[in-house]
This record gives sequence, C-alpha cells and structure tokens, in this order.
Amino acid sequence: MEIKNAVAGTLESGDIMVQIAPANSEGIHIDLDSSVAAQFGGQIRKVITETLEGLNVHDVDIKATDKGALDCTIRARVTAAVVRATGKDVWSD
Amino acid sequence: MNSLKDRAAAIAAEAARLGKPVYKEGGSKDTTFRAELEKVSPKVVTLEEAIRKTGLKDGMTISFHHHFRGGDKVINMVVAKLAEMGFKNLTLASSSLAGVHSPLIEYIKQGVITGISTSGMRDALADAISHGLMEKPVEFRSHGGRGSAIMNGDIHIDVAFLGAPSCDPLGNAAGYSRSENAKSICGSLGYAIPDAHYADKVVILTDDLVDYPNTPCAISEHDVDYVVVVDSVGDSSKISAGAIRDSKSPRDILIAQTAAKVIENSGYFRDGFSMQTGTGGASLQVVKYLRQGMIDRGIKASYALGGITAHMVKLHEEGLIGKLIDVQSFDKVAAESLKNDPLGHKEVAAYEYASADEPGSATHYLDIVVLSALEVDVNFNVNVLVGSDGVIRGAIGGHPDTAADSALSVIVCPLLRGRIPCVVDEVTTLITPGNTVDVVVTDFGVAVNPRRPELAEKLKAAGLNVVDIHDLRNRAFGIAGTPEPLKFGNKVVGIVYNREGSVQDVIYNVVD
Amino acid sequence: MKDRLRRTMMFIPGNNPGMMQDAYIYKPDSIMLDLEDSVTMAEKDAARLLVYNALKTIDYQGVEMVVRINPLNTPYGKKDVEAVVKAGVEVIRMPKTETADEVRELEAEIIKWETELGCVGRTLIMAAIESAQGVINAYEIATASDRMMGIALGAEDYSANLKTNRTPGGAELLLARETIVVAARAAGIACFDTVFSNLDDMDTFRAEVELIKTLGFDGKSIINPKQIPVVNEVFVPTEKQIEKSKGIIAAIREAEKNHSGVISYKGKMVDRPVVLRAQRTIDLALAAGVITKEDLQ
Repeated sequence: MEIKNAVAGTLESGDIMVQIAPANSEGIHIDLDSSVAAQFGGQIRKVITETLEGLNVHDVDIKATDKGALDCTIRARVTAAVVRATGKDVWSD
Repeated sequence: MNSLKDRAAAIAAEAARLGKPVYKEGGSKDTTFRAELEKVSPKVVTLEEAIRKTGLKDGMTISFHHHFRGGDKVINMVVAKLAEMGFKNLTLASSSLAGVHSPLIEYIKQGVITGISTSGMRDALADAISHGLMEKPVEFRSHGGRGSAIMNGDIHIDVAFLGAPSCDPLGNAAGYSRSENAKSICGSLGYAIPDAHYADKVVILTDDLVDYPNTPCAISEHDVDYVVVVDSVGDSSKISAGAIRDSKSPRDILIAQTAAKVIENSGYFRDGFSMQTGTGGASLQVVKYLRQGMIDRGIKASYALGGITAHMVKLHEEGLIGKLIDVQSFDKVAAESLKNDPLGHKEVAAYEYASADEPGSATHYLDIVVLSALEVDVNFNVNVLVGSDGVIRGAIGGHPDTAADSALSVIVCPLLRGRIPCVVDEVTTLITPGNTVDVVVTDFGVAVNPRRPELAEKLKAAGLNVVDIHDLRNRAFGIAGTPEPLKFGNKVVGIVYNREGSVQDVIYNVVD
Repeated sequence: MKDRLRRTMMFIPGNNPGMMQDAYIYKPDSIMLDLEDSVTMAEKDAARLLVYNALKTIDYQGVEMVVRINPLNTPYGKKDVEAVVKAGVEVIRMPKTETADEVRELEAEIIKWETELGCVGRTLIMAAIESAQGVINAYEIATASDRMMGIALGAEDYSANLKTNRTPGGAELLLARETIVVAARAAGIACFDTVFSNLDDMDTFRAEVELIKTLGFDGKSIINPKQIPVVNEVFVPTEKQIEKSKGIIAAIREAEKNHSGVISYKGKMVDRPVVLRAQRTIDLALAAGVITKEDLQ
C-alpha cells in the first residue's frame, strides 16, 4: 500500500494531531509528544500501533502531538491520517 | 534643703543600686520645620545601603511576601542585587513563589540561594527544582503553618525585604496608596506582617514614598529599619493572574453550581455563617451561586475570609456578608475595597488568619470553605502542590489550615483534567489529610467522607447525585485508562510540613 | 426509544473531541453530534471517524445520541449513514428536509446497513425543516416513515429562504413553528424548536423558551450547557399541575385495580387527552427532580 504524507487532528485540548509519512526503514516508528506522556505514553503508542495494524499499515513514520486525547479519539485520528495517506476510505463509496 | 542639687547624692546612690547612669544635661534641640525633617529620615536609603546596614551575611535567611503574585518585582530585584554584591548560601523564605520567579534558577545555580521555604511554586523554577536543581530540599508550609513557624522560630528571618505600594519615610507601610503618585496596589499585606514583626531587620521597598504619617498602615514603623524607594514593586494587573481567574468554562460552572447546592443543603447555610473560597475557577465562582440562595432564604454571612475576591466584595456591599477578613486580596476590586472600607474590610496577618497556634485565628471560626484540588484520593486526602506527573506546580496556600479548622470543607475538582484522573488511589503528595475533608464535588457526582454519614443523607435528600468516592475513581480510570506509575528518583527535593510543624510528606525528584 | 422526554437537544460540533467526550455531564436529554454545518468540507472524513469512534466507545449515560448527517445528495451523506448506523446511533437527523421522498431515501440507506448488521429497525429518524417547501410538506415528512421520531425547525436557513431576518420576538417564525407543532402532533411524533445563538442574552432566550413551550414544542435545540437549566426550569410543571396529575394517575391505578373501564377524578370522567397530559406532567416533574418516584406510590 502506497503511503503519502498526510495529517489528521488538531492541537486542541482533548485531541491528537497525527502526521504520517512513508517509513525510512521497516516497521512502525512513532515520535510521540504528549502532555500526558508520563502516565499514558505507553497506552497512546499501543493504540496507534494497533490501529495502524488493523488497517494493514506496517511500515510508516508517525509524528503524534497529543493533548490528552482519549483512546477513541486516537483511533479516529490515526484512521483519518491513514485514509488520507492512502486515498482508500474505510467506508463504501 | 530639697533642691535637685541637694538630692544629687541620693540620685547617685539609687543609680548605682539600679546599675544605671546618672542623667547629665546636654545636647541640643532640633528646631527644623518637621516636614523638612521627614525628608531626611535616616531610614530612607538605597537598596545596597539597606542590605549593608542590615548586616546581612552569607548563610542567612531573607524573606519576601507574594501579594503581587505573578506581578511581583521585589524578589527578582533584591536577589539580583544580592548576587551582584557577592552574597552566597542564602535561604529564601517567601510566603510563596510564582511563575515570574524563574530567574531564581540562575541564582540557585550560582550558589546565591541554597535554601527555599515557600507555600508553593510554578512553571520553570518548579520544574527545575522537581528535576533536582537544589541540594537542600525546599520546605513547603501552609500559610498558617508559616505563620506558626515564624512565631516559634522554626523559620528565623534575618532580613525581610517587603514590597509595599506606599510607605512613609519612617516605615509605616500599606498594600495600597492614598497619594496621587500611587503606582501599585495589592491590598492586604497579611503575609508580610509576620515577617515585619519577627525578622531581625526589616527593609520596606516602596514605589510611593508618601508623607508621614501613612495611615492606616499594615506594617508599623516600629518594625521597620530601612525604607528603599524603587521604580516599581509589582504589576497590580497580575495579582489576579494564574490560579485566580473567573472561569467561563461550562464545567467549572457546573461544579460551582453543584457545590453551591451542597452548601445550601449541608445544614451550615444558616444566618450568621462564615465562609471562604480558595483559588481555582470553580471554587471562586461558588460565591456567585450562593448569593441567590442567601437572598431567597433571607440569610446573611457573618464574615468571609481569606483570599478576598470581587464576588465577596459585591456581597459585602449588598449587605449579604457582614465583614471581610482579608489576608490576601485576590483581585484589584478586593484591594480597592480594603483601602476604601476599613470598617468592613479587615486586614489580618497570616497567623491571625490560619495559625494552629493562635486560638483566635479566623479559620477557627470558619463554617464553610470551598477549595480546589489537583488530586483527591479514595481516602479523601488532597494534593494541591505536585502535578500528577510528579512535577511541582501549585501551592499549599491555606488549604490544610481551612480544611482542618472549618465545620464543612468542600473540595471542588473535575473528575479528569484532559486525560488525567483527578480522583486517584493515592495522592502523589499528601497536603491536606483526608480526615479534614468532608465533601468532594466533581462534574460526575458528589462524594461525602464516610466520617459524615449525616451529611450524605442530607445531600441525598436534596436530590444531589451522592456517590461513593471509589465509584468516582473507577469512573475516571474507566474513561482515561489506568495511568502508568510515575518514575521518581531517590533524591528528596521537597519536604511538606503539617500545619502543626510535623513532617508530613516528602517529594522525590522526577526522572524523565 | 421513540417516546421519551426531550426538552433539550445539545448540538456538539462533530470535529471537536474535547467537547464530544463528556457533554453528557450537563444532562441534556439528547446530544446531537454534528457532521454537517459545523464541519468544514476538508474535515468531513475526519469528523465522521471521530463521531463513529466516540459512539462506539463512550458511555453516554443514557443520554439519547443523535447525529446530524450531511444531505444524501452530497458526497458525504451516504458515508455518514454507513458510519453512524454501524456505530449504533439512536437517531439520525436529516438536515434541510423538504419532501417525504427524502426521508424514504434515507430510510432505504439505513435499512441497507441495518440488514447487513442484522438490526433492522434500530435507527430512528428526525427531520429538520429549514425551508418554506419543508414547512408546506411538514405533515408528509412527519409521516413518511415509521422511524420518524420527530421534526425540528432550523430557523437560519428558513428565514433566509423567506427573504426575511431573525427578530427577537420571532414573528417571522410563527407560521413555521405552529405548522411543525401541528404536523408533529397529527403524526404522533415529537417536535423541537430552533437554536438561540446569543449566549449573553439569557433573558430573551428564556422568553423564547416560554413561547415555544406555549406553542406546544417538546423541547429546544441548544448550543451551550448554560442553556440547559433555563429550558428545564421553563418546562417544570407547576405544583398545581403536578398535584392534579398525581390524582389522575392514582385514579387510573384505582380503575385498573377494579377492572373498571371508566376513570374518574374528583367526580368527573377523565378522558384520554387528560390522561396523556397528566403523564407528561409527571414525566417532566420527575425529570426536573421536583418529585421522586416514591412520591407516586
């Protein structure tokens, strides 16, 4: 699956901005900047990775700027970034 | 036979017996016009002269007040001068510190300041200290606890540097000025009064040197050694910055309205009750919603205490609050009221406000206090000093004093701040012990300390959503997930004193 | 659930996770997540995913969840339907509804996804009427599908369509409001008034809520939590109304106990409209917390 640069989400409180780019090397690479990194950094990485794998994306660079988003918001923003990066929607056309 | 000369021998004999000298006539009378004399008061000197004349030495303790909060200019100015004069190893005992005091980081690194005693700190300074900037742990006390510590000598102040918006050449100082040259106003000087009384030497810094006598005054010339005139002691527009803001957030309004309903149905909302509200959007707003309840029931408060706000002043002016007892003016309206209404608006020193050792302190007669929290745990312990990430980001203030002394303490806090649960298993740092906390009001429900079953019944009967505090904790973790444990180092960077002087908790350095 | 109390329906932009995640703490009767006017075209895809994930994950504590979708004739409408039906939304709100056929078209789309999911009939529909054409067809729209839960007035588009402006008194909306109430009542469904956007003018807001309550609306669309207590206060029945309603409800119970087909209260026969009004009064009083379930025993 071809990945282009794409971004989804905002820097508002409770949101997360997810920037996606083709991987420089194999695997999922996450650069996370979060206001709640001390307590939820691991969980945020886990949700990003699981969402990407669920969408069959395995080699990608992610830059995520988190402002305390809940898991459901992280899933939505990662999915939106992937949809924009691949041009392939999760809904029927 | 009984002239002065005749009694000379008897005078000499009595003087010898008393170990006193015998009076000798001499000296001359100063006949200068007194207004001219005031201008050459020996107390009025430059900052550098004042520092030299106080006899300040390396290793001593200097003190400050924080009435200008984020707008304070005195601490940075004095410490810069001390650094320039080559002082080392000083302990800085301020009633509190704000974000504006980040320049202290450099002076700590240079060894000018090696000890700090305060109620709290924020931003860059707090972050650096949390990461282990200082060798000696910072000592944190409540406002009442600081008052006691100054009285009993736990904190010995060698030289106090106290900013004042007006001062006469003899040292009578106030938190406002009545002159046309007034540059600043901070209202009450309540946190500076203990320092003025107990410090070995007292220097007043003022940006408005007014004619003698500056009356009424918070600090008397009797306590003042030197007066230094400076360009500015503080930016009055910033006294209501930071933790004190009038929130428009729907969440704060919801919490404030719920807290008002809790108070109205607590059994303490009776004619003649007294109250206090702490910092924080929801807490400050509760007064606004209580006002209607007071009018509807035809009841009045005897006094409102503490950080006085514009809301409190309004109720006082409407006759709904008898007196205002002001240790700290939280905004300009309150500061102006203290200046203009000396009969209704009383200025109190920190120990008269909240010291456990002062039987007449105002908190002892406090019915209701509303306080915010960074964290509350399932045992009703409260933390207002250290963030959930382990970094210092607040101040103890009068929190433990008022919670312990009041008949009803109400903690207001959101269930979550962003993704961070505020109701937790155990607070990061113990500031206000749970046995002094009665009710916790969140946006998801009200928890009553099991110590107060009668209160829980009253609130339930009034239709409030009373829940077990464990349910709140579970709800918070259910929404946000379970936070990972914080990574602390093994260096103690802070010590938290109980208001009665015992060591209650320690703060470790954080590791990123 | 088709029949329930709906005094307040709070609008939340569908691209604002901070507002979406706990709007239920303000206790509106319904929450409407918006994918239409409050979301820019460039963000339609992201908002749809956000709303989908929120509905799937967040426990909205029994508040009725409504999603306003984009019109089906835009590139977004059908995807919106797929996403929110899959997420299990309770009500889909159609914007700018002008004809009964549009409702039936939406119903067909809903059935397509419900069939795939095996939950045919789960999703309710409400239609916003925002044009003269819509007002003329109000009754046909209200009766276009068994799924119709209610109809609502959207006043901004409507007044523009009429070539007039909004006024504080709302004279320009009177016919539309009355028509919508009458159509809804004839169809046996709910009806909602339009939003009031000036958050600083709570007095005019209260006057408008009093007006629409008198006209017969079930509730009002709102845009800020601070409007909720005002609407609830206006909709609180008076003590006299509550007492009478409690008496009537007791009379019904008594009649049921005696297996009697005739209900009488204070010596007078009670007919069906009176019973319905009494039930609504009790529902409103319960919701407002002025009486409790125990009071009805």
